[in-house]
Amino acid sequence: MQKNEQGYSRRFFLKTSSVLSVFAFIPRGVKAFQEQFKNLFVRKKTVLPLTVSINKKKYSFKGVDSRTTLLDLLREQAELTGTKKGCDHGQCGACTVHLDGTRVLSCLTLAAMVPGKEVTTIEGLANGEQLHPMQEAFITCDGFQCGYCTPGQIMSAVACVAEGHTSSVAEIKEFMSGNLCRCGAYNGIVESIQKVTK
Amino acid sequence: MTPFVFTKPATVNQALEKKSGNTQFIGGGTNLLDLMKKNIAEPEQLLDITNVLPNAIKATSKGISIGAMVRNSIITTDATILSQYPLVAKAVLAGASPQIRHMASTGGNLLQRTRCPYFYDTTLPCNKRNPGSGCSAINGENRMSAIIGWSEQCVAVHPSDLCIALAALDTVVIIKDKNKKTAAIPFNNFHRLPGTTPDKDNNLPANAVITSIDIAKNPFAKNCAYVKLRDRDSYAFALVSVAAALHLTGDIITEARLASGGVAHKPWRWTAAEVFLKGKKATAANFAAAAIIAAKQTNPLAGNAFKTEMLKGVMQTALQNCLTT
Repeated sequence: MQKNEQGYSRRFFLKTSSVLSVFAFIPRGVKAFQEQFKNLFVRKKTVLPLTVSINKKKYSFKGVDSRTTLLDLLREQAELTGTKKGCDHGQCGACTVHLDGTRVLSCLTLAAMVPGKEVTTIEGLANGEQLHPMQEAFITCDGFQCGYCTPGQIMSAVACVAEGHTSSVAEIKEFMSGNLCRCGAYNGIVESIQKVTK
Repeated sequence: MTPFVFTKPATVNQALEKKSGNTQFIGGGTNLLDLMKKNIAEPEQLLDITNVLPNAIKATSKGISIGAMVRNSIITTDATILSQYPLVAKAVLAGASPQIRHMASTGGNLLQRTRCPYFYDTTLPCNKRNPGSGCSAINGENRMSAIIGWSEQCVAVHPSDLCIALAALDTVVIIKDKNKKTAAIPFNNFHRLPGTTPDKDNNLPANAVITSIDIAKNPFAKNCAYVKLRDRDSYAFALVSVAAALHLTGDIITEARLASGGVAHKPWRWTAAEVFLKGKKATAANFAAAAIIAAKQTNPLAGNAFKTEMLKGVMQTALQNCLTT
């Protein structure tokens, strides 16, 4: 076969370019196949519109994944990061918030079940620049060290006083047992609660 | 978590109509959401039934009816329960944390699943989670496991405290099914022993819902106690717990009730010990003898023989506390 000056034949050019164009189509084909496969075996997420009242302010979210917990809604969508994620399994109490005035774990509450209820977070306790008495007490009594569990502790402590479980140190400890503090600031926390109760 | 469709039915009947296949009801969600996060429960649809089930505690001519959606913490402050059925409140207060008690529903409390660590670890075999895969606990770390009523397939224990009090009293579980039929299941037939089907925790039909828990009037209000021993003072599952209730005429026991948590796949009634106490004097010696009768029935595993010894102590303490509280 006759070769041109550069050493490439016409046939070689046609062969290589057709192979390359086939390669170019593969990614699309693979992606379409993957999508089809995924639709067959993997469930699609569903999104819902949600309107939630947080700290007496209305928040409207256009599309919230049905799997979203109240904790993730607060932190990632409402951008209220005062509520902390500790274990995410209801064992540590760092995510404690008030729902219609009672303390609950926001990590075990589905965001979709919250509309119609009033959510109060640590951001909603202070009155402008004036701290809630429990927040003041935590500062005065050294109720924290690293501070990660503190928002949950304070929300729980406010509820503990409101529920009236403060007659003795033992009762306070029993009714604060859902909030763990790995720094071990428990004595300061108990003191703070006693201070607010007085 | 695997994606799911979220729906909020308007009535119980609507909820039951929608319940089929891989659909689950959600009330408090304290156990279900945890299981969903670990992909142990993967419902395709969640039906929010918080607004469709009875949410009140009602005194009836026969006793008391606790609506399935009554939150656990409400039980601990209800005046009728505190005065006539205090054992129920005592048991609820011994379980979980204040936050969880505010969320958890009464119906859901009955349906919560075991906290056996192997049930939660999806990388290991578990007959309850994956039937036929084997039991990791029976020859594994089993200090928390059952000491009575277990089978080669499963040694898990029931985690509830409320259920132990309900088992000790005359309780029936009222359910409603798809055909709008209601039925009453006696409490002691509600939960199952593992046998060869440990994946089934209870006898609630697949497409039915618990609507209320009814407790009959009883003479135990004055002399009852719930004692729970656990790895820490509060907020932990029971190693061994005992619900004890006595009906006394003078110092003679007319009737005794004894039930335990942390020992079996279902709330366990110690009927032989109850029969022994009937007609006897309420003395420490008789309490100790009853505890020995109960302990003799147990069949502990390699890692939990201590529970049998513990049971004796907890039972005597509970019976003794019946006289002082």
